[in-house]
Amino acid sequence: MDTDETLPLSQRSEWSDVVPLTQDDGPNPVVPIAYKDEFRETMDYFRAIYSSDERSPRALRLTEETLRLNSGNYTVWHFRRLVLEALNHDLYQELEFIESIAEDNSKNYQLWHHRRWVAEKLGPDVAGRELEFTRRVLSLDAKHYHAWSHRQWALRALGGWEDELDYCHELLEADVFNNSAWNQRYYVITRSPSSGGVEAMRESEVSYTIKAILTNPANESSWLYLKALYKDNKELWISDPSVSSVCLNVLSRTDCFHGFALSTLLDLLCEGLSPTNEHIDSVRALATEEPDTNLANLVCTILGRVDPIRANYWAWRKSKITVAAM
Amino acid sequence: MEELPRITVSQREQFLVENDVFGIYGYFDASDISTQKYMMEIQRDKQLDYLMKGLRQLGPQFSSLDSNRPWLCYWILQSIALLGESVDDELENNAIDFIGRCQGSDGGYGGGPGQLPHLATTYAAVNALVTLGGDKALSSINREKMSCFLRRMKDTSGGFRMHDMGEMDVRACYTAISVASILNIMDDELTRSLGDYILSCQTYEGGIGGEPGSEAHGGYTYCGLATMFLINEVDRLNLDSLMNWAVHRQGVEMGFQGRTNKLVDGCYTFWQAAPCVLLQRFYSAHDLVHHGSSHISQGTDEDHEDHVHDEDYPEDSDDDDSDEDSDEGSVNGHGVHHTSTYINRRIQPVFDSLGLQRYVLLCSKIPDGGFRDKPRKPRDFYHTCYCLSGLSVAQHAWSKDEDTPPLTRDILGSYSNLLEPVHLLHNVVMDRYNEAMEYFFKAP
Repeated sequence: MDTDETLPLSQRSEWSDVVPLTQDDGPNPVVPIAYKDEFRETMDYFRAIYSSDERSPRALRLTEETLRLNSGNYTVWHFRRLVLEALNHDLYQELEFIESIAEDNSKNYQLWHHRRWVAEKLGPDVAGRELEFTRRVLSLDAKHYHAWSHRQWALRALGGWEDELDYCHELLEADVFNNSAWNQRYYVITRSPSSGGVEAMRESEVSYTIKAILTNPANESSWLYLKALYKDNKELWISDPSVSSVCLNVLSRTDCFHGFALSTLLDLLCEGLSPTNEHIDSVRALATEEPDTNLANLVCTILGRVDPIRANYWAWRKSKITVAAM
Repeated sequence: MEELPRITVSQREQFLVENDVFGIYGYFDASDISTQKYMMEIQRDKQLDYLMKGLRQLGPQFSSLDSNRPWLCYWILQSIALLGESVDDELENNAIDFIGRCQGSDGGYGGGPGQLPHLATTYAAVNALVTLGGDKALSSINREKMSCFLRRMKDTSGGFRMHDMGEMDVRACYTAISVASILNIMDDELTRSLGDYILSCQTYEGGIGGEPGSEAHGGYTYCGLATMFLINEVDRLNLDSLMNWAVHRQGVEMGFQGRTNKLVDGCYTFWQAAPCVLLQRFYSAHDLVHHGSSHISQGTDEDHEDHVHDEDYPEDSDDDDSDEDSDEGSVNGHGVHHTSTYINRRIQPVFDSLGLQRYVLLCSKIPDGGFRDKPRKPRDFYHTCYCLSGLSVAQHAWSKDEDTPPLTRDILGSYSNLLEPVHLLHNVVMDRYNEAMEYFFKAP
């Protein structure tokens, strides 16, 4: 059998029995693509076996050729899954196939969905491999959305949580602005079966986060994460001295952006924090405007100045405080 | 020897983009008035040229989008509609015919003729047909079969899968519900537990991710929020944190980023600004009912604080510092008299709309036609669609409702830059949406 893949399909004896099926574009299609001959021909042969539902080894090989020409063709991926099942094909080999496609084009929904499908069938045995694969992709792009989704799925479905928090730390050491890594931290502490949940992890996480905040007060990720640690316990958030003190610490510095410290303080006040003299003095020191008796109002005013992109938003926030206080 | 502070990948990338963007802004600011005028112009002729060419023929490099052709139709037709134009009868018929060939025999539309029906391409096909408008386009949609298709895609968890055995995420939910809503085939089966699923995708940051646990992301935030509006469960989300997250996605470049600490991208002009407007209008409508306080006192803070953009735009002949109050009785360039009721139908957008428009017009727009993600990136039809759609959202952001046209001062550049308003939950031009409503919701 002639399976020489450098020959056009129409010239391969292996395919001589198949009548290629042309695309039913109609007489005057819009958005017509000037396909190269190889592309057109491969798709014509795919259409033929898809239409006849041929789930054979040569069909499998053809889907591979087709996917190398257009890895976005979800119909082909779907059919490939049907063929893999029909042939009871080695799914470990399939993982390698996916990796080879990912080399050229990792930003492709279909590829990742296919990977998930394969890994799910193989089960916990491939937990390590999936973590390794996503780690590789993330080493090239530490914020790769599909890779993170897949990694989260793998942890959930296959396990391997033990080193995940360390991995997050590793990424944050390299780039503390990596919001995906912060998001993953939250994922681990809330979902890992071995974590005691936010309650158990709060103290160490707060300490970790405050350190990050003080090193880079303009890093929005760390402030958002800090607030997240008290998501289900607002009373603790407004009463925990660590939270208040990190705000005050940043506000007392002259060399950094105060926006996040101020907005955190604003949120605390809106949640019911009773401001101490320290809070009041700290904020007043930054005010160039007429000090407002309502501290939250004053914070909004200052924010309108130090975070001018969101001037309208801070004014809107201020108006909501006024209404709420009425 | 003092060690230089190490900068991270995020910082470095951000720095490079800022350089490019501020370089453009600096060049603009230093240019003479006629150059500035030229740079601010949408360049309608060039845009239409680019769009019409794409509709008629695409090169072989588009083979990678061979499973996304209804998207190409929608991106191009939507862009044309936003510019207030339409295609000729022949092209319209060709488009209806082609999209029809993407329709599956069991309902839904695939990425091309003979391809498996897929929710995203279904959304694109329906939106493209709605944008074309007219009986021929609208009647070509098989609604019964579409119902069956949507039901098949529904998952027991409450979410939707993109296609048979396909991936499940917030995008699939939105595309399904948007279609069901426009075609008037919504039912309890489709909406069951859907709110629960989307709620589980709202993250600690306030934005919404693609799947439960995933990072908050502009595209998914739009999809999640729009879906919740369409199924009337918006108030289940933490709206305060969603609003806070969304407005913080506007950066120093004045465009929007998709995620915290990532780079600005023109397409997020739509994905992030639309939620800002939707939420602001929701709060506004909600407050009126909830607090029952007098409208004037609400209005005082919202409408009359005039936070004016600092830059001097030569085209803007309006008095920038005038309080909105003084517009009473004045006339804008189109002879519309402002009355006090008109003022109460305006709000001050929570995001910097003029700044956003500036990013789109100076950094995303390609003078030869098309729009791009950011400087140094090539143009494409996806970015053209979402930059223009987002620009429309920004231009109309001061209006509380669709019957309140923008003022000259709301439009960056000349008033001729004004685009058609869109329906925020579907991203089709308002007029076409209204026509579709007439068609699909008429009494039998």
